[in-house]
Amino acid sequence: MNSREVKNKLFLVAVCGLAFIALLPLFSVLFYVVEHGYRALNWDFFTKLPAPVGEAGGGIGHAILGSIILIVMASLISIPLGLGMGILLSEYKQKRVARLLGATVELLSSIPSIVIGLFTYAIVVKPFKGFSAHAGAIALSIVMIPMIARTTEEMLKLVPHTVREAGLALGLPKWKVILRIVVQGSLSSLLVGIILAVARIAGETAPLLFTAFASSQWFQGLSRPIASIPVQIYTYAVSPYDDWHEKAWGGALVLILMVLGLNLMIRFFLMGKRKRGAS
Amino acid sequence: MSFDVEKNRGDVIFRRTLYVFAGIAFLLILGIFFFLFDLSLPAIKEVGLSSMLGREWNPPLKIFGILPFIYGTCASSILALTLATPISIAAALFLTELAHKKIGALFGFLVEMLAAIPSVVYGLWGLFVVIPWLRESVQPWLRNHFGFLPFFSGPIYGVSLMAAGLILAIMIVPTITAISKEVFYSVPTSLKEGVLALGSTRFEMIWIAVISSSRSGILGAMVLGLARALGETMAVAMVIGNAPEISLSLFSPEQTMASAIASEVAEASGVHLSALGVVGLMLLLISGFVFFMLRLILTSRGGRAH
Repeated sequence: MNSREVKNKLFLVAVCGLAFIALLPLFSVLFYVVEHGYRALNWDFFTKLPAPVGEAGGGIGHAILGSIILIVMASLISIPLGLGMGILLSEYKQKRVARLLGATVELLSSIPSIVIGLFTYAIVVKPFKGFSAHAGAIALSIVMIPMIARTTEEMLKLVPHTVREAGLALGLPKWKVILRIVVQGSLSSLLVGIILAVARIAGETAPLLFTAFASSQWFQGLSRPIASIPVQIYTYAVSPYDDWHEKAWGGALVLILMVLGLNLMIRFFLMGKRKRGAS
Repeated sequence: MSFDVEKNRGDVIFRRTLYVFAGIAFLLILGIFFFLFDLSLPAIKEVGLSSMLGREWNPPLKIFGILPFIYGTCASSILALTLATPISIAAALFLTELAHKKIGALFGFLVEMLAAIPSVVYGLWGLFVVIPWLRESVQPWLRNHFGFLPFFSGPIYGVSLMAAGLILAIMIVPTITAISKEVFYSVPTSLKEGVLALGSTRFEMIWIAVISSSRSGILGAMVLGLARALGETMAVAMVIGNAPEISLSLFSPEQTMASAIASEVAEASGVHLSALGVVGLMLLLISGFVFFMLRLILTSRGGRAH
C-alpha cells in the first residue's frame, strides 16, 4: 500500500467512526430513559396527583392532562393561522405580501422559544397578573405557527400547476380552486405537517416556565396555572429527592414514547403513501 | 404563470382574509420586538446601559451586568460548534458517499430521531448521566494531563460550561448533518466521476470534489447550528450550573442568556424582571443577527434559508 491508499483507509475509518459517535447519545438517552423510566410507570403514575415529599406513590396525571389541554389549545390557535399563512405563501407567491410574509415566518421560526415565553409573559401574564393556561397556550402557538406555515407552503407547492389550471378552466373561482382542489387534495400531507409540529411542541419547556407555570393540582380553569409533562420533568429533575428523580425519568419515558411514536407513525404513513404512489 | 385572475367577490374576500393572517404575523414580529423593548426600558433607565454591560450580576444588590450571560452563551455555543461540526460533516459524508443505501436511510432516520428528543430530556440525561461521567472521569483526566492550559484548570463540580457545550453539540448535530447532507447531494455526480476517473482515491475525491465545492454550504450549516445553540434553553439550564461568572475554565459553572431567563423570570419582579427583559432583547438581537448572516450566506449560494 502506498501512502495515498493509507490516507484513504484512515480517512474512511475516521468518517465511519465519527458518524457512529453521532449516534451514541441517541442510544444512551434511550437506554437510560427506558432503564430508569419503566420503574416509575404504573397505573397510579398516569392517574394520580403527586404524593407529598417523602411519601411513596402518586403520579403525574395532572401534568399529562395539562399537556393535552395546552397542546389542544395551542393547536386551535395555530392551525388556522398557520394554514392561512401557508396558503398565502404558496398560492399568492408573486404578491409582495407573500414575499414579506415568507421572510417574516422564517424570522419568527428563528426566534428562541425562551424569548417567545418572555414576550408572552409581557403581553399576557403581566397585564392579567398571573400565570395561566391561556398564556401557556399562546406561547406554544407562537412557536407552532411558523412550523405549520412552512410545511403547508411546501406541501401545497407540490401540487402540480396543471391541477390548478384545470380547475380554473372549468370556471371555478380561484378561492374554490385553492380550498376545494389544492388544499383538500393535500389534506393528508397537511395533517402530517401538523402532527410533526405537535410532536415538536409537546416537549417544549422553555416557553411554559413562566407562562403556564406549574401546578400540583388537577386542571383548575384556563386562567389558572397549569401543569405540563416537560415542566414537571424539569421540576422533578432539579429537585433534591431521589423519588422525584425517578418520576422525572418516568415522565421522560412518557414524553419520548409520545414524540417518537408520532414521528414513527408519520414515517410509516409517508412510506405507505410513497409505495401507493409508485404502483 | 398567470394564476392571477380574480373573477368574483369571493376571490377578493378570500385574498383579504389571507392578508389579515399575514398581518397577524407582521404584528407578532413587531410586537415581540416592541414588548421586549418595553419590558427592558425601566432597567435601562434605572441601571443605565453602561453598568448593564458590567461583569457582575447580583439581583439582591441591584447590580445587573449582563456580560457573564453573553460570555456563557457565546462560549457554550462555540464549544458546541467545535465539537459538532466534524462529527456532523462525517455523518453527512457517511450518509451521502459511503453507506449502502439502506444503511444510509436507517442512519439518517436515527440522526433525525436525535433531533426529535425534547430538550428537557437531554437535560435530564445530562444531569444524571453525562455530568457524573464528566466529574469522575473526563475532567480529572483532562486536568491531570492538560492542567497547564487555563481551559482545563480549576475546581471540578461537574455542572460546567463543558457539560453545556457537550449537550448542545449533541443537539445541533442533526441540524448541521441535515444541511450538509443536502449540500453534498447537490455536488454534481459528473464532477465526482471526473475526479475518480483521473485515478484519485475515495478520500481524494471527497476532498477535491465534495468538500471544496461545499465550503459555503458547510458554513451555512454551521451558522444554522449556531443559531440553534444560542437559543437553546432547558438542557443548558439544567447542566451549566447557573452561576453568572466569566471564567476561561471549561470546568467552571456559567450561565447563558437563555438559561438566566429560564431560571429567574418566574421569581423576578421590578427592576430585576426588567433587567431580564434586557437579556431577552439582547438574545433576540443576537439571534436576529445570526439569522441575517444565514440568509446572506444562503442567498449568495442561490438557495433558501431552511
